[in-house]
Amino acid sequence: MGVRVLFLGPLADLAGTDEVRLAAPLNWEGLLCAVNPAVAEHLRGDRVKVACAGKVIADKTQLAALDGDEVALLPPVSGG
Amino acid sequence: MKWLFFRRLAGVSAMREVRVLGHAFSPTTMLEDFSRLYGAAGGIASFLGQVRAGTAQALELLHYEPLTLPGMEALADQALERFSLHGVLAIHRTGHLSPGEPIVLVAAAAPHRREALQAVDFLMDHLKSAAWFWKRELRADGWHWIEPRKQDISDIARWA
Repeated sequence: MGVRVLFLGPLADLAGTDEVRLAAPLNWEGLLCAVNPAVAEHLRGDRVKVACAGKVIADKTQLAALDGDEVALLPPVSGG
Repeated sequence: MKWLFFRRLAGVSAMREVRVLGHAFSPTTMLEDFSRLYGAAGGIASFLGQVRAGTAQALELLHYEPLTLPGMEALADQALERFSLHGVLAIHRTGHLSPGEPIVLVAAAAPHRREALQAVDFLMDHLKSAAWFWKRELRADGWHWIEPRKQDISDIARWA
């Protein structure tokens, strides 16, 4: 099954896709290695938040996604 | 004070209606239903956000569903806790929208006007900066992502 990783908003343009499926378990280093350098650079910044299994992670570097989890990469929102 | 009793009886969930819609909605119908539901309220305040007419030919609103609705529900609950309200309504569109189309409708019913007006202001400030929506505009030269405005951040700080 693996981990489904979603690129939200402008990140999808940078990634060139809406989603990828990566091997589980997935940690922060694994995620940074799996995405292209432009996306990885954004991920390292403060403005991109990461959600795992429906919850925003307080410290994204502690990402620990398990088989079947969905990871969402969330750039700054444009406002409602 | 009958509504306080109702609130205790039915729980907070009975007091709010929160929806994320992928299709057009009628703000007047929703407000009519809302005011009928809270017929005993002294005042109902509302805000309607529409797609601004200007350079954009169309607007697309994307969201992350697992976070959007729970986030809006939590925000509605905060408003209910913070202000003395009978009920709140929060409706947000996603998908493709044309200029003039409603994007967001927020309403609050309260015993007195101040609480209703403040609750609507509170909900809008937080929706603007805390809800998981990404917008892009279609202009003559293609799609453009809309960046967060500094104003949205300072607006939310008013409530700290």
